[in-house]
Amino acid sequence: MANDDQLKNSGQQQRRRLLQAGVGAAALGTIPGASQLAAQAQAPFDWKKFKGETIEVFLVKSPRGDLLTKYHKEFEDMTGITVGSEMIPEQQQRQKAVIEFNSGRTSFDVIAISYHVQKRQFGKNKWMEDVRPMLADKSLVDPNLDFADFAKGGLAYATQLDGRIDSLPLNLDPWVVYYNKELFDARNVTYPKTFAEMVDAAAKLNDPAKGVSGFVGRGLKNANVPVWSSFLLGYGGGFIDANGKLMTETAEAIDSAKMYQTLLAKYGPQGVAGYNWNEAQSLFAQGKAAMWLDGIGFAAPLEDPTKSRIVGKVGYGIMPAGPKLQVSAVFGDGQGISSFSKKKGPAWFYLQWASNKTNQTRILQNAAGAPVRNSAYQLAQSSGELKSPKQWVETMVASARIAQPGLPVIVPVTEFRDVFGIALTNMINGADPATELKKATAEFQPVLDKSEKA
Amino acid sequence: MSTASVPLGVVARRQRSYYRFIVPALIVVGAVIIFPWLFTIWMSAFDWRIGTESHFVGFDNYTALVRNQRFLEAVVRTFYFTALAVVAPLVLGTIAALIFHRQFPFRGVLRGIFIMPMMATPVAVALVWTMMFHPQQGVLNYLLSLVGLPPSLWVYSPQWVIPSLVMVEVWHWTPLVMLIVLGGLAALPTEPYESAKLDGASEWQLFRYITLPLVAPFLLVAGVIRTIDALKAFDTIYVITSGGPGTASETINLYLYLQAFAFYNIGNASAVVVIFFFIVMALALLLLYVRERTKWT
Repeated sequence: MANDDQLKNSGQQQRRRLLQAGVGAAALGTIPGASQLAAQAQAPFDWKKFKGETIEVFLVKSPRGDLLTKYHKEFEDMTGITVGSEMIPEQQQRQKAVIEFNSGRTSFDVIAISYHVQKRQFGKNKWMEDVRPMLADKSLVDPNLDFADFAKGGLAYATQLDGRIDSLPLNLDPWVVYYNKELFDARNVTYPKTFAEMVDAAAKLNDPAKGVSGFVGRGLKNANVPVWSSFLLGYGGGFIDANGKLMTETAEAIDSAKMYQTLLAKYGPQGVAGYNWNEAQSLFAQGKAAMWLDGIGFAAPLEDPTKSRIVGKVGYGIMPAGPKLQVSAVFGDGQGISSFSKKKGPAWFYLQWASNKTNQTRILQNAAGAPVRNSAYQLAQSSGELKSPKQWVETMVASARIAQPGLPVIVPVTEFRDVFGIALTNMINGADPATELKKATAEFQPVLDKSEKA
Repeated sequence: MSTASVPLGVVARRQRSYYRFIVPALIVVGAVIIFPWLFTIWMSAFDWRIGTESHFVGFDNYTALVRNQRFLEAVVRTFYFTALAVVAPLVLGTIAALIFHRQFPFRGVLRGIFIMPMMATPVAVALVWTMMFHPQQGVLNYLLSLVGLPPSLWVYSPQWVIPSLVMVEVWHWTPLVMLIVLGGLAALPTEPYESAKLDGASEWQLFRYITLPLVAPFLLVAGVIRTIDALKAFDTIYVITSGGPGTASETINLYLYLQAFAFYNIGNASAVVVIFFFIVMALALLLLYVRERTKWT
C-alpha cells in the first residue's frame, strides 16, 4: 500500500509539474488531460466536451441501478461518451470493489457506493476522487447541477471526515414503520407516537392464535443491527465516542436492546431469529403482522396486488419518538469516481447526469427509492406520475428531516454488524441483553482499535 | 530437428525430450496448485486486512484460531453436518438401490424421476427449500399439520437448523449414492446367492453376509464423494441461513468466507484454509485406509 501511495503521489507530482499554467494547479491536477482543460478553464460548460470517450460504470443490481442503465442511451446521446456498465448484486459488488481498489487498478471509472458500509473504507484509503476541484471549475459543472438541492443528510454522507467530497449522493433510505391499518382499526389501536406506545400496540395486536404477530423485523444476524440501532438512537445512544471507544454497553444501549428483545421475541413471529427483510416482508404482506420496521423502499411490493394481500391497507408511519429523541436511522448510496481512473472528466459528467433532477424524479416515479434531491418530490408530484401513496411520500420527507446514520462510519462495519448481530439473535433466543452486549463489545473493540490504527 | 548419427545420442536426446513433454504440465500444476498453496501458507503468517499494511506475525493466526471459540464451534459443527450428510444419504441411497435393483413395472421411469434432484442447481434448490422451511408460510409445516403434527421452526431454530439443512442435502444427493450402489449391485456375481439360497439363507442373511460386503467398496466410493461434498458444502447453507440463526449453522467454510470476503481479514482466512486442508487430508487418508481394508479379496 505504501508503494502504491508513493507511486500515485509521484504521478500526481509529475502531472502538477506539467501544469504550471497557473490556473488552480492543485485542482486540475486531479484530472488527466487537465492541461487542455486549463486552457479552456473559462470556457462555458459543454456536455460534449468529452465526446468520443468511453467510460466503465460499476453498479449494484437494484431498482436504481436498473433505472440508470435503462437511460444510459440518453447520457450517451447528450455527451457522445460511450458507457460500458456492469451491474452485479450488492455483496459481490462490494467484494469486487475492494479487491480491485486494493490492486491499484480498477476496471471501472465510476462506482456505486453504499455509504453505511463503504464510506470510511473508501475514504480512509482515498480510493475515490475528491470532486471539489471539479465542482469549482465552471467549465466542468452543469449549470443545472444545483448543489444546494441535495438534502443535507445526503451531503453529510458524501463528505468524508477530512472534508473531501468523494461522491455524489443518489438515494437515502430512512427507516419507517409499515403498519396494517385494518388490524389497527379492528382493535381500536392508534399509530404509536412513542417507543412505549409502540410496545403497547404490539402487545395489543399480537394474536398468535390467529397467526398474527404484533411486530415483525429482522432477526437474522448482521441484517438485524439497523433494527436495534433505530431504537438505540431514539434512546439517545450512539455507536462510538470521540475517543474511539464503543458506546455499546451504556444504559441506552442495554435499554434499546431490551426493547428489541421484547418486540421480536415476545410479539414477533416464531422463528424470527432467522428472518431477514424478505421473510418479514412476506409475513407483513400476507396480513400476518401488525407492524414492520424496515427501510422505506418497500412500498412498491406492498401495494402490488400480485405480491400483497394488504393493498390499500398499509399505513406508512414515521419512527416513534424514543425517551430522548425521535430519530429515523438512515442509510444511503451514491456514486464516486475511482482514483485510479484515467477518465475522470467523463466520469464526472456521468456522476452529474446520474444525480440530475430528471433521474432523481424517475426514482420516485418508479418507487425505486428515496431520492436525495429535495426538488424530486415536488417534480414527481406535479408530474402526476407518482405511483407511490401520498402517505409514503410524506413519511419519507418527514423521516429525512429526523435522519441520523443507522450504522457507525468505520472500516470494519460488516464485522460490527456480524458481532452485534449475533448478540441480538442470541437475545431473541433468550440471552440477557447486558451480558450479550458486554461480550460483543469486548470482542469488537480490538477490531475497531486495529482498524483505526492501521 | 536433425537426426543424430550415433544411436546412443538418439537415446540420450529422446530421454531428454521426454522431460520436455512434462514441462507444460509442471508449469500448470505449479501455477494453479503449488504456487497458490505456498502463497496461502505465506499469507497465513501475516496480519493482513485488505486496505491496511500487513505485518509478519508467524504462527499468531494459528494460535488465535485454536483459542477462538467461534472457530472451534464451526469445526465441531462441520463434523456434525458432515456425519449426518454422509450417513443419511448412504443408508437411504443403498435402500433405494436395493429397491431399484429388483424388477417391477415402470422401474425405468421411476428411476429417472428419482435421480432428478441431482440435476438441479444447488442455489435454486436452496431457494426453493428456503420458502418451504418458512415457519408461517412454508409448505413443510402445512404438511405436518395435515398429519396432526405440531409445526417446526426448521432452519429458523438453532437446534434444528443443521438437521434441516441435512434434509436438503439428503434430498439432493441420495440419488447419487443410489446410482453408485446400483452400479455395484449390477456387477455382483450370482453364484454366492444361489449357493446361499440352497443352504436356506434368509433375505436378511443374503443382504448382510453377501450383498453388503460385496458392495462395500462401492459404498466407500460413494462415502468418499459425499464426505468431500459435505465438508465443502457452502452454497446451500449460505443461501438458506447464511450461517444463522446466530452462528448455529456456521461451518468452517461459512466462517472462512466471512473472514475473507466480508471482513477482508486475509491472514486469518489463510490460516483457516491451511487448517481446513489438513482436516480434509486427514479424513481422506482415513477413508483410503478403510478402503484398503474393504477391498474384495
